[in-house]
Amino acid sequence: MNDIFSLNQLPIGQKGRVYSLDSRGKERRRMLDLGLVHGTTVEALQKSPSGDPVAYFIRGAVIALRDEDARKIIIES
Amino acid sequence: MGLTHQSTGAPVAHGELRMEKKSRNDRVIALAGNPNVGKSTVFNALTGMNQHTRNWQGKTVTNAQGYYTHRATDFILVDIPGTYSLMASSAEEVVARDFICFGKPDTVVVVADATCLERNLNLVLQILEVTDNVVVCVNLLDEAKKKGIQINLQMLSEQLGVPVVGTSARAGVGLTELMDRVEEVSFRRLNTSPLPVFYRPEIEKAIALVEPAVEQTVQNRIDARWVSLKLLDPDESLEESLATYLGRDITKEPLVKGSLKKAQRLLREHGIGPEELRDSVVSTIVAKSETIYQASVILKNQEYNRRDRRLDKLLTSKATGIPIMLALLCLIFWLTITGANYPSQLLSDLLFGFQDQLTQWFTAMHAPDWLHGALVLGMYRTLAWVVSVMLPPMAIFFPLFTLLEDSGYLPRIAFNMDKFFKKANAHGKQALTMCMGFGCNACGVIGCRIIDSPRERLVAVLTNNFVPCNGRFPTLIAIITMFFAGMVALPVQSLFSTLLLTVVIVFSVAVTLFMSKFLSKTVLKGVPSSFALELPPYRRPQIGKVIVRSIFDRTLFVLGRAAAVAAPAGLLIWVLSNVMIGEMSLLAYCTSFLDPFAQMIGLDGVILMAFILGFPANEIVIPIILMSYLCTGNLMDLENLEQLRTILVDNGWTWLTAVCTMIFSLMHFPCGTTCWTIKKETKSWKWTALAFVLPTVSGMLLCFFVANGARLLGLA
Repeated sequence: MNDIFSLNQLPIGQKGRVYSLDSRGKERRRMLDLGLVHGTTVEALQKSPSGDPVAYFIRGAVIALRDEDARKIIIES
Repeated sequence: MGLTHQSTGAPVAHGELRMEKKSRNDRVIALAGNPNVGKSTVFNALTGMNQHTRNWQGKTVTNAQGYYTHRATDFILVDIPGTYSLMASSAEEVVARDFICFGKPDTVVVVADATCLERNLNLVLQILEVTDNVVVCVNLLDEAKKKGIQINLQMLSEQLGVPVVGTSARAGVGLTELMDRVEEVSFRRLNTSPLPVFYRPEIEKAIALVEPAVEQTVQNRIDARWVSLKLLDPDESLEESLATYLGRDITKEPLVKGSLKKAQRLLREHGIGPEELRDSVVSTIVAKSETIYQASVILKNQEYNRRDRRLDKLLTSKATGIPIMLALLCLIFWLTITGANYPSQLLSDLLFGFQDQLTQWFTAMHAPDWLHGALVLGMYRTLAWVVSVMLPPMAIFFPLFTLLEDSGYLPRIAFNMDKFFKKANAHGKQALTMCMGFGCNACGVIGCRIIDSPRERLVAVLTNNFVPCNGRFPTLIAIITMFFAGMVALPVQSLFSTLLLTVVIVFSVAVTLFMSKFLSKTVLKGVPSSFALELPPYRRPQIGKVIVRSIFDRTLFVLGRAAAVAAPAGLLIWVLSNVMIGEMSLLAYCTSFLDPFAQMIGLDGVILMAFILGFPANEIVIPIILMSYLCTGNLMDLENLEQLRTILVDNGWTWLTAVCTMIFSLMHFPCGTTCWTIKKETKSWKWTALAFVLPTVSGMLLCFFVANGARLLGLA
């Protein structure tokens, strides 16, 4: 059974796959540029000292995203 | 020289990257790649090989070009800003895209990071859509090997249809082969057949509708298929660049316009709107990258980046992230302060010893007093101060800072501090540009190009000057050492100075954040836009190289600037102080004119004038202050740095003057170079004026409150 939730809810150390993107326009383009397309595996690696942003492992790169951006990335586990 | 970029057939739409061909046979090579892939190292390794390197500022924010000769051909290597994709969103990416697409380089070398190849292939595939003349340089092979990442270069080359060369640029491995392939591709002796990327059938049909019309219009000046695809996915900045490049707007040509309409109707009928089109295009490229990556890379160790993750846990976790950041800052300052002491004293002894020698020579030659005064006491002495007081801390701080930068730590600082920047309504990458400001504010301002939202980029540009650059650190260090280090016992003095300096820096960061917030609530209203911050793999910096190069470069640079600015300024001060109008010298007139106002903000006329004269280069502020005090009468011999304090105290300095001078040093108008850079980057006098006024007025206000507060409380 697949759970669907937004990336900011992904616990540290867990992986999920991109289901869809909620953003539009430039923002969406930026996320696509990171390789965040349907089916891409994302792993939550580490929180910053204040808990936001969070670093994710995406296609071989470590990318930090702020909470409000991660919120717009829908993933399935 | 002499040939413009137009006449040599390498037109550049933006005029941002201009190159000088020495002869028509020169080949132009564009060096592209994602950020942090060692592009600069490849650049330096190639151009350094034949000693054709230009004075080059070390980091990717400025576009550099260099020359190298290989098998009797001259190559012009253009280092273009690092970018993840050609679907540009930031100003830097536009520059990169325009050069690759419209700069008509003979060959594009795409540098890719062997430790993170999949992500890099995205850009490679996009560039292959634009041009056939590509050589892929898989760099950092040594790092990859260490991590157990095995790359089948042969396979990669077969898949991509262009030559692939593996390099470890830092060790100089693979560069000859790279130059061979580049030469072959540049002279079209090696035929490339780049892998075509095919999109879903509906999109292919739409492209097929537009392509013949575009082809007829653009002929073979640019890849028609690529242009067609881009016209279907409208992008204002690209269309603008395309129109500039072609000299007309092809979307207005009836043939193209008609076919575009048809194609768009076709897409709509299949339910493909602009968003779906882009999603599908990007997904196709990403999927292709994945396929190629899986076919050519073997991970011998699935946990290959465990060391990086461990380091990240240590350097960015809740418990240790910020304490370690502050400790590192302290360490750098401590090394700078203690390390500078000895050479500073040595240089001072040497240079002022030589001054006595000069004086003797002048006396022996029976040179007139005014000549000795102007040249030795004016020019030479100011120069000597710049070199002995300012140079050593700069020569130590700069390489240390560069080491930190090269190791990949700066993005971690941005990661740690992002919450503060978010609260200040600023862009997360402003932490990075702020850090660049510690090296040089002008570089920091150029660095703001990495911020793609115009509003946040302006906030970052306008506030960059609130952190002290390499040229202002020595001023702060000198004042702290002279006025506050003495408050504790000798053995811990340098430690105490370090702590004070750290407090001063933390204060400057706080001011930056406060001002960013202030701008975001007033003239630059808005909320932070989305951003993605890459935390690149840690790299062992090339300690020896960095130290040698930055000491050498910096030393020469500072000496040059000192000669250019400090010497005339010293001469000016001497002349002003010796031209008398009635009882008073001109200098006294100037300083006493400024004095009432300066006193109000806790300074004095001399200090304020020194800051004004220091506009071309902040390094000369302290030397000018000393020079002015000495010229106004009580001339004395300076045996050591201790006595500098005496000069200041004799001229009425108290701890409050010291504090206000430090505040004003942190918060006053940017130096000439920075102002000029801000004008260039913002293309607006209005914003440049604000960048000038904002720190000056806020600095004066703060100094006013501090000075008068302290006076009211009877503290000073």
